[in-house]
Amino acid sequence: MFYVILEGLISALLIAGGLFAFIGSLGMAHLRDFFMRLHGPTKATTLGIGSILIASIIYFSIIGGGTHLQELLITIFLFITAPVSAHLLAKTGLHQRLKYLDKTRGKPVELLEEEQAETPVMHSPNRE
Amino acid sequence: MIPAQRWLPTPVLSILLLVVWLLLVNEVSVGHLLLGTGLAIVIPLLTRRFWDVQPDIGNAFKLLRFFLRVVGDIIVANLQVAWIIINPWRRTRPHFVEYPLTLEKRFTITMLASTITLTPGTVSANVRMDGKTLLIHALDVEDDETLIRTIRERYEMPLKEIFEC
Repeated sequence: MFYVILEGLISALLIAGGLFAFIGSLGMAHLRDFFMRLHGPTKATTLGIGSILIASIIYFSIIGGGTHLQELLITIFLFITAPVSAHLLAKTGLHQRLKYLDKTRGKPVELLEEEQAETPVMHSPNRE
Repeated sequence: MIPAQRWLPTPVLSILLLVVWLLLVNEVSVGHLLLGTGLAIVIPLLTRRFWDVQPDIGNAFKLLRFFLRVVGDIIVANLQVAWIIINPWRRTRPHFVEYPLTLEKRFTITMLASTITLTPGTVSANVRMDGKTLLIHALDVEDDETLIRTIRERYEMPLKEIFEC
């Protein structure tokens, strides 16, 4: 009986993890501009991977015998690296003055035309 | 860079390295404890010149409470963002918010920026070079005053208490 409940829990965690990872990727594909797309992978995916890793910890600790906590390391590294990479991507986006939705409120100085020199790259994001 | 004269320049980092080593090999035995301790002493000494000044943890209990709060917020954030993504009638209100920082140390600012990225609907986009404002992109926000106040009370003040007092 105990194992049935445990299997249910593990399966639920795996499915939830898969769903969250999928939704995160979906967000990256169909939100409207670059800065909004960043939100998908930084948030939804961390929880997705987190659930899968928790499921893995439970499964291998019960079935495999002995505690398996290496997955915790993956979680920690993920939580350290995800914000940093998102920050760098956003910074690059600002630097290249990527287009963003007109209804976005607040105009950061980094994106104003007069604050910048000419677009430094050939593949200008503003090209249609 | 950390002062060179000390034998164990970064005690917290050393303990962390030992824990990470034990987690990596996934076994606690005398041999691995010794090996891990050796690595925990040698690695900080070798990499000393790359490290910034180490943060002082003022209050470990508050740090734990902050950590648990952030984990809770990460779960809420995920549900919110997931709902915004799959809701076909979504109405997003993207907003660039300039957040005036009251933190001073670089380490604490990094912590705050990472926390903001992991929590509901916000990604920190740029730390201005003067270190006084943080540019945040929010996915769905009503007005920036509330957002700034929430971040200030929920994350910045605890961080300030933990690391800068």
